[in-house]
Amino acid sequence: MTDPTDALPSEQTVWMLAVRDRRDRAAFARLFDFYAPRLKAMAVRSGAGSQQAEDIVQDTMLTVWQKAGQFDPTRSQVSGWIYRIARNRQIDLSRRPAQPLPEEIETEEGHGEDPAQILALDQEVRQLRDALGRLKPEQFGMIERAYLGELSHSEIRAETGLPLGTIKSRIRLGLDRLRHELKGLRET
Amino acid sequence: MTAISHHVPDGMIAAYAAGTLGYPFELVVAAHVSMCDECRALLAAHEAAGGVVLEVAAAAPVSGDLKARTLAALDRPVRAEPRPVHRRSGIYPGPVAAALGAAGPRWQTMGGGVRQCILHEGTAGSVRLLSIPPEQAVPEHSHGGTELTLVLQGSFDDETGRFGVGDLEVADGSLEHTPVAGAGMPCICLAATDAPLRFRAWLPRLVQRYFRI
Ligand SMILES: [Zn+2]
Repeated sequence: MTDPTDALPSEQTVWMLAVRDRRDRAAFARLFDFYAPRLKAMAVRSGAGSQQAEDIVQDTMLTVWQKAGQFDPTRSQVSGWIYRIARNRQIDLSRRPAQPLPEEIETEEGHGEDPAQILALDQEVRQLRDALGRLKPEQFGMIERAYLGELSHSEIRAETGLPLGTIKSRIRLGLDRLRHELKGLRET
Repeated sequence: MTAISHHVPDGMIAAYAAGTLGYPFELVVAAHVSMCDECRALLAAHEAAGGVVLEVAAAAPVSGDLKARTLAALDRPVRAEPRPVHRRSGIYPGPVAAALGAAGPRWQTMGGGVRQCILHEGTAGSVRLLSIPPEQAVPEHSHGGTELTLVLQGSFDDETGRFGVGDLEVADGSLEHTPVAGAGMPCICLAATDAPLRFRAWLPRLVQRYFRI
């Protein structure tokens, strides 16, 4: 490891864990400063007016506070988790049926998290960010439009071409570990 | 449980993550992900990618008092959970159990021992449960468009292979295939199409064609 920042979790992860574990309002304020303008831009691009976009921002951030206990940093990265909450909120406000959600994996409160796993997922996502930064502007534009909900599913039915294999494997490891723990709990 | 070998295509998971897939296919994807950790991990990876886009895309300044108003609302009592958590019920994964409600499936007979239960039809297509007696042919459920078929019980075989519990078949209009339910127990599938629905009008013809009745 050459870059010393590689050995630390991202600021967002640190803030989110402080919110989850200590109900830290200062950390929540930092999360708000970082995500609110980005969430607003995402909502506006999806067709919300300025006022409705700010309602979505507020709802999303309040959900982050209320559901912080469900955040599992070995299975999602903060931005991805908040992205999912915002997207669900936007769907709820649109004139379409709510999105059916997969079954949650029921975990024990405060199951042991491996800091190395948290760091590893953070690093994989950091590498994805670097890879996105190296894309040609038109390629990046397509990816951006796909994830901001501006392309229909038939337009993104083909592979997105993003290098997600290592992130997927990392999350899969976390899932396997969780399944193993749950099995152990049921057997004792 | 045998291993799942037919998964959701990558682009469809991306569209689910972005919220652009439409209800019928979303129900099938959510059901498969409930049964498949491989696709659960892939979905989380796409959500991570969505998160990266959220981080690097342009930002828009928010009103000066939005932060103060949000912070002031943190102590407000949490509103009732809008969507209850649905657990698996028998062969039906949580999201399918939720769509069915407490009463469970209300089957309609279609002739030849085939039964269906329509869960939803709308502008984005339709999604239904199909129950096919052992060793019988599975009726196609759309004209054109893409069809998703997720096995919930039993199995079926077609020219492209065997599909067991948890396996998802993706068929576009170009695939000529005749799925046949496996032996033993009825094959129960969650089947969705994004084609405009003319199901009721043409179904009897199809049933005639496949079941010679
Ligand atoms: Zn799968």
